[in-house]
Amino acid sequence: MAILRVENIRKCFGKIEVLRGIGFSLGRGEVLSIIGSSGSGKTTLLRCLNFLETPDAGRILVNDRLLFDAAGLVEERDADVHRKRLHFGLVFQNFNLFPQYTALRNVTLAKELLAHGQADFRKDKTRILREIREEAVSLLDQVGLSDKADAYPHQLSGGQQQRVAIARALALHPDILCFDEPTSALDPEISGEVLLVIKGLASRHFTMVIVTHEMGFAREVSDRVLFLDDGLIAEEGGAEEIFGDPKSERLRSFLHSVIT
Amino acid sequence: MSFAYVTSKLLEGFGLTCLIFAITLVFALPLGLLVAFCSMGKHRAVRYASKAFVWIIRSTPLMLQVIIVFYGPGLIWGTGSYLPRLTAVIVAFIINYAAYFSEIYRGGIESISKGQYEAGQVLGMTKRQIFFRITLLQVVKRIIPPMSNEIITLVKDTSLARIIAVKELIMMAQEFISANALIWPLFYSGVFYMVFCGGLTLFFGAIEKKLDYFSA
Ligand SMILES: Nc1ncnc2c1ncn2[C@@H]1O[C@H](COP(=O)(O)OP(=O)(O)OP(=O)(O)O)[C@@H](O)[C@H]1O
Ligand SMILES: [Mg+2]
Repeated sequence: MAILRVENIRKCFGKIEVLRGIGFSLGRGEVLSIIGSSGSGKTTLLRCLNFLETPDAGRILVNDRLLFDAAGLVEERDADVHRKRLHFGLVFQNFNLFPQYTALRNVTLAKELLAHGQADFRKDKTRILREIREEAVSLLDQVGLSDKADAYPHQLSGGQQQRVAIARALALHPDILCFDEPTSALDPEISGEVLLVIKGLASRHFTMVIVTHEMGFAREVSDRVLFLDDGLIAEEGGAEEIFGDPKSERLRSFLHSVIT
Repeated sequence: MSFAYVTSKLLEGFGLTCLIFAITLVFALPLGLLVAFCSMGKHRAVRYASKAFVWIIRSTPLMLQVIIVFYGPGLIWGTGSYLPRLTAVIVAFIINYAAYFSEIYRGGIESISKGQYEAGQVLGMTKRQIFFRITLLQVVKRIIPPMSNEIITLVKDTSLARIIAVKELIMMAQEFISANALIWPLFYSGVFYMVFCGGLTLFFGAIEKKLDYFSA
């Protein structure tokens, strides 16, 4: 069963149509990489999934539940957006950690705020907060930063910040975790540590959508790959198919240009 | 004319100076935030109105604004009755400082990167939560230096109140010139301002230091 179904997403900025009808589906535990040249619409697609942009057309379904329908009523569309977002997690290119909070607090904050809204929060406050904290500690441990829990973002390297950002996204247990070029703001020798964390998640069957320029990584980690070209899916398939046996001339020349 | 007597008179004036200062802050700080939100809001008319307000206030002297608030209503309605002098001064100061503060707030809010809002959004936070839990403290950190500048300027601007004969510190000191042919009380009044501003500088320095633990 598909955990995510995206149907005919279109998005214009002014007169330019950046996404021109994107559709794909994703099975639970699958890793999907999105590749494509600069300006092809990869970031815009991820932003649409995370409700940071509103598509002009199309539908998004998670677990066969309709989350977004551009044809629907605006009120219905905008109702509870902040809750609908919880189906997706997003790791940004430039981390966007909250600078005034420690690594640990960056991970716990959103979860605590959600807990505040729950009916039984008052009653069980200390236990709930303790559990959130314990989980955050274990998440930081998973990304290899158990010793940095009390550090502030500016005291961390880029790679460490990105790993905190991954832990922060994981804390909310999203159905689908999205990455937008998670290593392109990092020095090459540092990106390895972040890629290693993502590979770890893949081996534990987290459902992920990864926009990346690291072709070797994409080939290794992905079950499937989308090649986006000018707002359309120009080619899609298994990782070996896409990288080993590209069909279209566009994809061949793209791969050629990024690998050399 | 004893030093103690002069000091007590100047303290009287200084009391009024402090009163103008304090009431102006209490009202202008929140009002400025309101103006800032208006000038960044969705409604075009509101946005232009608040920008026009800020432009008018910032492009005319505070001294003139004090005079207009004091004499204006009486002239317009032809009643010939004026606001109490102190009230007029305080009203003019609140309006003037709200305009300046609003620009500081706006600059601070707009300087926060879009990524901070978006990070909050994708973590399922509401607008309110994002403002109070994420951006507010970062804005505060960024506006402390310009705010402390502006607030220290306010201390000295209170001396403009004497234009409509409100007996604040400078006016008190000046009266020794006309009544007793003494100039030194006027010089002495400077000490009061210096102590006050010195205290404020320490205060803002302490806040800055307190927010030093993160970099934004
Ligand atoms: N908010 C916006 N307003 C106007 N145009 C935009 C906006 N966001 C993106 N675009 C345009 O949409 C196109 C696609 O942008 P997008 O960021 O999705 O590309 P991308 O595939 O992520 O590229 P890159 O590899 O450089 O990150 C670009 O031409 C870009 O200029
Ligand atoms: Mg991009």
